[in-house]
Amino acid sequence: MIEILFYIFGGLTVLGALGVLLNSNVLHAALSLLASLLGVAALYVLAGADFLAVTQIMVYVGGVLVLVMFGIMLTKRTAETQVAKSGLIRNLLGWLVGIGLFAFLFMGIVELNGISPQLLKADTLDKPTTIYELGGALMSRHLLPFEVLAVLLLVALIAAVYVAGRIGEKEG
Amino acid sequence: MTEYYLYIAAALFCIGLMTIMLRRNVISVLMGIELMLNAANLNLVAFSQQDQQFHDGQMFAMFVIVIAAAEAAVALAIVLKMVRTFRTTNVDEVKSLKG
Repeated sequence: MIEILFYIFGGLTVLGALGVLLNSNVLHAALSLLASLLGVAALYVLAGADFLAVTQIMVYVGGVLVLVMFGIMLTKRTAETQVAKSGLIRNLLGWLVGIGLFAFLFMGIVELNGISPQLLKADTLDKPTTIYELGGALMSRHLLPFEVLAVLLLVALIAAVYVAGRIGEKEG
Repeated sequence: MTEYYLYIAAALFCIGLMTIMLRRNVISVLMGIELMLNAANLNLVAFSQQDQQFHDGQMFAMFVIVIAAAEAAVALAIVLKMVRTFRTTNVDEVKSLKG
């Protein structure tokens, strides 16, 4: 049962990513990205990372994807008038590098599985929620990165507002 | 079971890389970056299953998610500025840093 769910959500993830790659319409690509991100969240649940799955849905689907949609809408007028053309050699090179890297990684994982299967075994879904451990670790062992990230988010948002806004701009 | 996570993450990473290399629309390139970040997170979570006590992999993945959100905000601000300045969303046509 768990295996069937895993295959369904894994397929959703990979097919959504392929949709991002192959859709020529940017809006359809963003919707494919939505499917892929939801699939990744489901895989997190199957790996026993419940809090991380909720975080993934809230931050990516609720935040980043909405930002991407806004970006598409704000740039749509210029986007649809131009058909992006790219050279044949560069297309070929892109496909070659991507598929070659995947073959390389695939063979590496197969070999790793053959050498040390105990490294890849996992017993999951038999433990309670991870939220207490994560919260405790965030406030004790990982306190410094947590605070630094808070400052980083503040700086990034101020920078985003400054760059995107019309502060000090003569004409729009 | 973990190796299937690794296969999916490898596929996700390569598809993200191909999206960055093949698509010319700047927002498509950003979506490819998000896919690659998700692939890295998937690997971290998959290996974190063996760490039942500390969940350091999940912690790292959470930090990566926060960094990705900050990156998306700044990148889309730059995209808006670029569209306003150059009147294009094609990354090949943007040839000067001085706006």
